[in-house]
This record gives sequence, C-alpha cells and structure tokens, in this order.
Amino acid sequence: MAGFARRYWYGLAMVTPVALVLVTLVGIPLFRGVYLSLTDATEANVGRTIGANVIEPTFEFVGLANYIDILSGREGDFYGVLLWTVIWTAVCVFLHYTIGLGLATLLNRQMRGRAIYRVLLILPWAVPTFVAAFAWRFLLNSQFGLFNALLNLVGIGPVGWLESPLMARISVIMVNTWLGVPFMMVALLGGLQAIPRELYEAAEVDGASAWQKFRNITLPGLANVSGTVILLGVIWTFNQFAVIFLVTAGGPGASTEILSTFAFREAFQGIRNYAGAATYGVLILSMLLVFASAYRRALRRSGELT
Amino acid sequence: MSSKRSPLKSIALHATLITASVIALAPIVWVFLTSLKPRDAWQSTEVKLFVQPSLDNYTQVLTETNFLRWFTNSIVVALFTTLIAVGLAATTGYALSRLKFPGHRTFAMLLLVVQMFPAAILIVPFYNLMAKLDLLNSYAGLVLAYVTVAVPFCAWMLRGYFSTIPVEIDEAGLMDGLSPFGAFVRLVLPLARPGIAVAGFYSFLTAWGEIAYASTFLVGDEKLTLAAGLQQFVGQFKAEWGLMTAAAVLITIPAAIVFLTVQRNLVAGLTAGGTKS
Repeated sequence: MAGFARRYWYGLAMVTPVALVLVTLVGIPLFRGVYLSLTDATEANVGRTIGANVIEPTFEFVGLANYIDILSGREGDFYGVLLWTVIWTAVCVFLHYTIGLGLATLLNRQMRGRAIYRVLLILPWAVPTFVAAFAWRFLLNSQFGLFNALLNLVGIGPVGWLESPLMARISVIMVNTWLGVPFMMVALLGGLQAIPRELYEAAEVDGASAWQKFRNITLPGLANVSGTVILLGVIWTFNQFAVIFLVTAGGPGASTEILSTFAFREAFQGIRNYAGAATYGVLILSMLLVFASAYRRALRRSGELT
Repeated sequence: MSSKRSPLKSIALHATLITASVIALAPIVWVFLTSLKPRDAWQSTEVKLFVQPSLDNYTQVLTETNFLRWFTNSIVVALFTTLIAVGLAATTGYALSRLKFPGHRTFAMLLLVVQMFPAAILIVPFYNLMAKLDLLNSYAGLVLAYVTVAVPFCAWMLRGYFSTIPVEIDEAGLMDGLSPFGAFVRLVLPLARPGIAVAGFYSFLTAWGEIAYASTFLVGDEKLTLAAGLQQFVGQFKAEWGLMTAAAVLITIPAAIVFLTVQRNLVAGLTAGGTKS
C-alpha cells in the first residue's frame, strides 16, 4: 500500500483538481439531471426561496413516464427533430471535413503567400459564435442583406434565406460550415505535415498519379487525425447550441430546431419544464455514447486507431 | 516543388485559395464596413463599400450603452477562465501522458465523454448548485462553469501533445534530482508551448463567446458578459443594426488579438494533440 502511494502519488495528485472539479460541477449535476428526468419537475413545483419564505418542492417521482411520452411521440415531435439533428450533424461534419481536407492539402504545398492564406483561412475560428451569428443574419437579411443585394445585381430576385424551412436549414448549415472548417483544416494540415516527404518522393519515382498518392499515402497517413477530429466534430455539432439558437432561434416554426436547442427551450421558455429538458438531455447523451463506442470499435476493427 | 508546377495549375491553386479566403473574410469585412457607415445606412439595397465613413456608431456604443461594463466583465471572466483552465489541463494532461497511475485510461476516456454532455441536462441542476453555493451572478460562478467546459478538451489534447515529447527528457531531469513536478514545469512545459497556446486559445474563446450559461446565471446588469448583454441590446434596439455592427467589431478585436498571438503555434499544437487518441 505504501509502495502504491509512493509510486502513483504524483500522478494522482496532478489529476485530483480536475477530477474534483468534474465530479462536483459535472458529475453531481449529471446525476441530479438524470434524477429530474424521472420526475415531473416544472417551474411550478420545484420549490424555491422567496425572501424568508421557503416553498417546499412538490414534484414527484414518475419513473419512465417522460421517456415514454417523448419516445412514443405523444409529446413534442421527437423523431422529426431527431431526423433533422442527424441530417444537420452529418451534412455539417461532412462539409467541415471535406472542405477542411481540401484546403489543408492546398496549404501544404510550397507557394508564395502561404502564411497569409493560412491566417486568413483560420480567422473564422477566432470570431465568437454570437458575433458570427449576428454577422450572418445581417448578410442573409432578406430586405437589406448583402447576399440578396449581390443576387439582385445579377438579376436574381430576393431569396428569403431565413424565411422558409428549407432555406433556413440551408442557411444554418452554411453558417456552421463557415465556423467549423478552420478547426478541421488546422488539425488536418498538422496531420499532413507529419507524413514523411520520402513516401511521396518514392511514389513519384514509381510514377504514381496525384490521385494514387492521395489515396495510398495521404488518406492512410491521416487516418488517426481523421478518426479523432470526425468524432469530436460529431459530438460538437450534435450539441451545437449557439448557431441554431442565435441565427434562426429554431424557426421558422420549429424547422431548424435540433435536440439541444429544443431541450433548452423546454427548460427555459414558457412554463419551465425541467423534467422534460433533462429527459431530452439524457436521450442526447445516450445517443452520443452509443455512436462514439460504435465508431471507435469500427475504427479499431479497421486497424486505423492505435 | 513550385518550380515544377505549370502556370495554369499555379493560377488554379491561387484562385481557389483566394476564393476561400474571401469567403472566410467577407462576413467580417462587411460588418466592419457597415459599422463605419451612418447609423441607418444598412437599410440600403445597393452594394456600396463606403458611405460617409465615420466612427459615430462606435462613439454611441461606447458612451450611450453599458457596452464597456460588459466588455470589462467578459475580459475578467475570459482571462481567469484561460489561466485556470490551462493550468489544470496542463497538469492533468501531463499526468495522463507520463505518470501511468491506475485508471489513467479510464480518466482520459472520461475527458472525451464529458464533452458529450449536453448543456440541456446540466444547466438546471448546475443552476441550483450555483444558487446553493451563492455563486449566481458572480464572476467566480461563471469562471467555474467555463472551466468545466474548457478543461476536458484541453487536458485531452495536451495529453496527446505531451506524448510527443520524448520521455528521455523527463528521465534526465529526474536523474538530476528534479521531482516529477519539477521536471514537468522546468523541462517539459517550455517544450509544450504550441500545445499550451492551443489550449489557451480554446479556453479564451469558450469563455468569450459562451451564451447559454451566461444568459442563465447572470441577472441584472452588473455582471453581464458581452454575449448575455448583447441579447438585451437586440431587444432594446430592435433594428439598430448599425450599432450592432460596431459592437460586433469591438467584440472581435480581443479574440483576434489572442488569435494573432497564438496562430503560429496552432498547426503544430493541435496536430500532435489530434494524432494520439
């Protein structure tokens, strides 16, 4: 026991602060959230303190009733929102990755102005999300926005970017793509730079085409980075709250609402339905966990993850 | 390499990169140009770059609104978040990469899993917890909240970065009588600057732009951060897009400064983090 303490003392001491922070500030709320999802807690019955008066909570344990309500489609349009959340995540991550990889490949060449291109292309990453959301709403404004003004110059009538469900969905994907490409590009550019030059030179000697080099050297060389950034991308995009909330507020109607904004609205708008929000939260978390473990298993099977 | 490229290919390469750069910059540049126009000039269907340029919108934002107070609040919150999050993430990342204590794999996995927790499930219990600790409407409460958001990614990424630094360096330090912590601070940390830079950038941006926690935990006007304050602004000045553009530019400046300071390190710093999983 003494040997154990002496051997691992430093390691344990160095992770303890983070472990403590995560247990108290994430762990406790998480358990509390899971518990709330099994109750009928709303704004009206959770109890609170007004001045000197303490109102006792009166909400009750209801078992899986919230889950049954939501999953049976009786309350809210769970499957509709889920379908759009999945499409949103898949399209965004696909665009982030392909555009990011394309730009990274271009930036990985020797050329004039490379450093400047790199700074300019990463710049959207540094723009705070709520500023970006505002800027895009300004550009997409159907009456006075830059987009419609430019379209007008070439004779295309005004487009209601945020007004129809389809256009609003395209618009939020556009905004999120703009925001998310730099991270992928930077990560993949780093990955590209880690691939030994000799591999390409050897392939050139063998007369390989550009596509063959990309297919047989670049993609396998990036497998590790790709596996990681795609997983992170899926997690972040699935839970992306700010872009949807600030650009369309989920509208028009509820057409751009994803699960995380939907849950937030449950919790903080109208009669605050804490139990409902927590239930959505648990469902989001379970889906991500299932996805992440299936994804990692698939990567490991294909031998891409070390 | 460039000598081998045909002129046509060279033009195509630069054309693609210029187009991409224009798309990356256009929204920011357009907001900036609009902020220099008179207050109502945004209501125009013509595309004009300059219309009577002046700093009137800026003067108005800075003198007639609470912008400066929110700005100061945001700076305080973002700086403390960055310092605390990077400090915690660095020690944790180092311990996970070098000091193989029992459970280090599970812990590393946990850092990834924590990022999956949607704010929706945490926010109400978190709010109640903050209320109990009397931390609502305070810098400390918000900093704590942001640390929990920033640390998991940063620690996980730094663990990857530290793993690229040869262990022989630590071992030499230990031989010379340094403690594991001493070896970390004196030998490894200075070599990890790119990784630290990415962690700092990420933490700063998290705190600078976060909106869900900020608008829930802060009430009144005293402690509002920019993200939460501007929501008010939007309601108050319904169609004041002119003022909003000036505010947007002012908000982007600190983030841009941090970005330009660290940008040289971003590619090197993030890569290494990404390659190890």
